[in-house]
Amino acid sequence: MWKWLHPYANPEVSYHFTNKLLPWLSALAAIFLSIGLVWALLFAPADYQQGHSFRIFYIHVPAASLSMGIYVSMAIAAFSSLVWQLKLADASAAAMAPVGAAFTAIALITGAAWGKPMWGTWWIWDARLTSELILLFLYLGVIALHNAFEDKNLAGKAAGILTLVGVINIPIIKYSVEWWNTLHQGSTVSKLGKPSMSLDMLWPFIFCFIGFSLLVGVIICLRFRNEILARNSIRPWVRELVQQNTVK
Amino acid sequence: MTLKAQSTQETENLTAMNGNSVIDNTVLENAAPSSQPLSYRRAFMLVLKRDLTIAMRHKDDIVNPLLFFVIVVTLFPLGIGPEAQTLSRIAPGIIWVAALLATLLSLDRLFKSDHLDGSLEQMLLSPHPIFVLVLAKIFAHWLITGLPLILIAPLLAVLLHLDENSYTALLLTLLLGTPVLSLLGAVGVALTVGIKKGGVLLSLLVLPLYIPVLIFATSAIDTAALGLPYSGQLAIIAALFFGSLTLAPFAVGAALKVSTN
Repeated sequence: MWKWLHPYANPEVSYHFTNKLLPWLSALAAIFLSIGLVWALLFAPADYQQGHSFRIFYIHVPAASLSMGIYVSMAIAAFSSLVWQLKLADASAAAMAPVGAAFTAIALITGAAWGKPMWGTWWIWDARLTSELILLFLYLGVIALHNAFEDKNLAGKAAGILTLVGVINIPIIKYSVEWWNTLHQGSTVSKLGKPSMSLDMLWPFIFCFIGFSLLVGVIICLRFRNEILARNSIRPWVRELVQQNTVK
Repeated sequence: MTLKAQSTQETENLTAMNGNSVIDNTVLENAAPSSQPLSYRRAFMLVLKRDLTIAMRHKDDIVNPLLFFVIVVTLFPLGIGPEAQTLSRIAPGIIWVAALLATLLSLDRLFKSDHLDGSLEQMLLSPHPIFVLVLAKIFAHWLITGLPLILIAPLLAVLLHLDENSYTALLLTLLLGTPVLSLLGAVGVALTVGIKKGGVLLSLLVLPLYIPVLIFATSAIDTAALGLPYSGQLAIIAALFFGSLTLAPFAVGAALKVSTN
């Protein structure tokens, strides 16, 4: 595996790899998202209790689970950057943080929009809402620490340590908050085998979920490319690249 | 020979006058002949003694966070109203939130002055494991800020009409919880020590990590007020304490290496 991974430690190789990856990812994301969203918002049957307002879950649930998934992948990147001194892992962690924060914010906002008609209030101090809010704070802390350093290499290392401290704390925070108060409805999707969601609701959900995951991949790839270019702006291959593009 | 002795004398005089941290270098040198390295325990005690000495010479550092703690707690009754029932209901939360903020204020002095005068770098370069030195510094910080907080908390609890059953719980949670605050806070300070305007950033980094301690501590005090057993919450705070005691110094060491570059 190391032999296969080693060439990608070189920023130039990674840059060209993302170049190849991007069109595929964005095409797939566009297909899955357009099918999934149209199906979910227009054709999926309405819920017998919640009516049409449940449709916001097709955005809310993927955003919420991606917000946590991105944090975990950020922690993995931070760990590999600290242990194996991979500078590109830092760049990828830096690329992921704002995307994760945005998805956490989306999950919170869509959750609030659903809560108003259903619970009769925009916000309640329920366990999952609170831990999602704290996750947002952790993301903002990582981003703020990134911006505080002039030297991007140092910033990456410092933010990496914070990310790892955060990832140890996330389960603790989650369980403490859950223990503190719980009101949120149980999860309906993750019960493998016999989901408590009907199939014609589940399929569009799967499409939406894959679509949003691909969209995250596209955005992170774009940001990762920018990070590579910004960090290597004095290297000759970047200058060549810029010159080629300006000649066109 | 005489010249050297004189210069040492001068450094010591300087130290005594400014109360600054050159003392640790001379102490470390005197204590350890270059052939024989210090034992971990001695290194720990030396750093602890040095930090406490510096703190005793700058008494503001001890008194100011404590004053802040008292003033914040006094503000709440003024803002909410003097009804004893309301106050006793929210007393645990107020005391603990004020304790979090006071700790946060005092965190800055943990590494800042050492970083500015360069002794932090010397510590990192010394042959002793960073774990031991950092642990000593954090312990000193807790003795300076956590312990006075615990001592003055019952007085504030009286002002807030805290339920009589909860006093033991309040003291026990503070005793187990404030070291966690110092340990987790040290990670935040170590990350921000090299940044010029690190103060606000520090609170952004550290406060979310304090949430579990806050939740379990206040819940233990509330449970105690109802006359129920609260050993479960105490056990969890103790678990947080031991977890952060073993892990936080490693994170602090790594962060200090990044910050001092």
